Amino acid sequence: MSVQELLIPKPREITTEPRFSDKVFRGVVTTGGLSSLLLLGLIALFLGYRGFEVLRQEGIGFITHADWSISTDDAGNVLESHFGLAAMLVGTILCSLIAVAIALPISVFCALFLNFYAPGWLKKIMVTIIDMMAAFPSILFGIWGFLVLMPSVEYWAKLLHKYLGFMPFFKMQVPFYTRSPFVAGVVLAIMIIPIITSVSREIFSQAPLDRIQAAYALGATRWAMIKAVVIPHGRSGVIGGAMLGLGRAMGETVAVFTVLNIVFQINWQMLLGAGGNVASLIILKFGDASPYEIKALMAAGLVLFAMTLIVNALANLIVRTTGKSGR
Amino acid sequence: MTTSHESEKETMDTSVKPSSLADVAQAKPTKVPGTRALGTGLETRGVHAWFGKHHALSNISLDFAAGTVTALIGPSGCGKSTFIRTINRMHEFIPTAAMAGEVLLDGKDVYAPGTDVTKIRLQIGMVFQKPNPFPSMTIGENVLSGLKLAQIKVDNKDDLLEESLERAGLWSEVKDRLGAHGGSLSGGQQQRLCIARALAVRPQVLLMDEPCSALDPGSTLRIEVTIRHLSDTMTIIIVTHNMQQAARVSDYTAFFLSDGGPGQMIEVAPTSEIFSRPQDQRTENYVTGRFG
Repeated sequence: MSVQELLIPKPREITTEPRFSDKVFRGVVTTGGLSSLLLLGLIALFLGYRGFEVLRQEGIGFITHADWSISTDDAGNVLESHFGLAAMLVGTILCSLIAVAIALPISVFCALFLNFYAPGWLKKIMVTIIDMMAAFPSILFGIWGFLVLMPSVEYWAKLLHKYLGFMPFFKMQVPFYTRSPFVAGVVLAIMIIPIITSVSREIFSQAPLDRIQAAYALGATRWAMIKAVVIPHGRSGVIGGAMLGLGRAMGETVAVFTVLNIVFQINWQMLLGAGGNVASLIILKFGDASPYEIKALMAAGLVLFAMTLIVNALANLIVRTTGKSGR
Repeated sequence: MTTSHESEKETMDTSVKPSSLADVAQAKPTKVPGTRALGTGLETRGVHAWFGKHHALSNISLDFAAGTVTALIGPSGCGKSTFIRTINRMHEFIPTAAMAGEVLLDGKDVYAPGTDVTKIRLQIGMVFQKPNPFPSMTIGENVLSGLKLAQIKVDNKDDLLEESLERAGLWSEVKDRLGAHGGSLSGGQQQRLCIARALAVRPQVLLMDEPCSALDPGSTLRIEVTIRHLSDTMTIIIVTHNMQQAARVSDYTAFFLSDGGPGQMIEVAPTSEIFSRPQDQRTENYVTGRFG
């Protein structure tokens, strides 16, 4: 060892001894934080445990096949069963994508209006109403969608089919327009507008004032300022909000069940009155399911659970990777 | 925080040797307004400003000769920043803000009904206290951002880019990394980037609201050199708390003061006179550091 090395000390180990009150509070907070994780884990475990038998029997076919049938003898023994979620998975994705595609632009414009155009009094009223919309029971959206929206959406659907029918999503062979994924998507869109709007509004309102002033001082119009400062700042937050909305749309049960015609057949034609989603399948079959079919429904729940987790993880990833450039 | 501290210290220094400021003011070549046929005349007539019921600024009439630098000095809260923000109509962005009087650019009232505000702000550029480049844009995009924001078409963007950065005294430091993000520059460089950005839209008037208060002395000096160069081709109004800076860069100095009521302009004169023989006792108290 040279002299110099002896003179340079090793970094000290720095420790802190928290006070008793701090320790108690830390314990309380940690318990709260971990219990949510524990609950989530227990739910996943329960679904996996109950659905394991079906998952093992069906294998990968559980998510690739589209038929859902079970036949039992009089004593209740299962003679034959086919459980496949493919149609419901396609329906889930289709309905929620339609919902986000409709809700996202409306929400972003709504958030921009509230932050940069609306007079103060109108902003207050609208924010209250939009927040109330988020707490509105979904069955009411479902009933409203069924009774009020469906007749008029049928007309829009015919228009879409007539003018955009050359595109695969708008094509349909059988003219059966009611109770389609499109109607369900519109209902879901209305349900997720509040959440995307409030997330976007929050992130837009945090756009740095000095940049906003810089843009105005350079002769920007309000719209040019929004394009140059507010949207780059808020992009990642808006994507995060859209993903939250997507997650909610995927898990929505009652509204979809009320509106949609649930059919076990893979259908990408959004205007055709046939579809479904995983959650509405569970509510449809749960009431009179045999013990074995309930296991299949639990497995379906597990798949939905995993799908929601994946979407949220994806949202996190997108927010993290696009977040840096904007600020 | 430290920067305001520094300027305070400098103010204190002046109280020890008050004559030095006048020397500084006299050391630079004097400009005679009207001898240069450039820029645009800017004049304010009886400008008042309010924030809600609070009367912030009272009856400011000032004439800014083309091609000169005017420094606005005075203690905090006397309405200097409010005044320059009424000139390019940034004042009205504050809710409840109101104003009275006229701001004449080339003889035309910028508050006249039917005036296109965005055009006014193109003619009257502004540099803020804190450097505020657009973080999502590169250095080059920042300089040209004004063109994009105001939808102005230019034939040769590269020339304009180089010219603007050159005039802001930043070209040699960034010419090899125009594609880097604006945030990668130091504070002083960012401020000169903001000056370059303001210059790219070719304003006739440049407002600077304490442009050096967040910068170190070296960067401050650089920007002061830039200001002197720019004043050959444009009219500059600079708000500063740094008396030395006012003496170094400005041709004219206006002293603002609030006696508890709205801010008023006490005195305006060639800078060397303000620092050597001010007419008003309050001006003398302020520039010699006996007050404020």
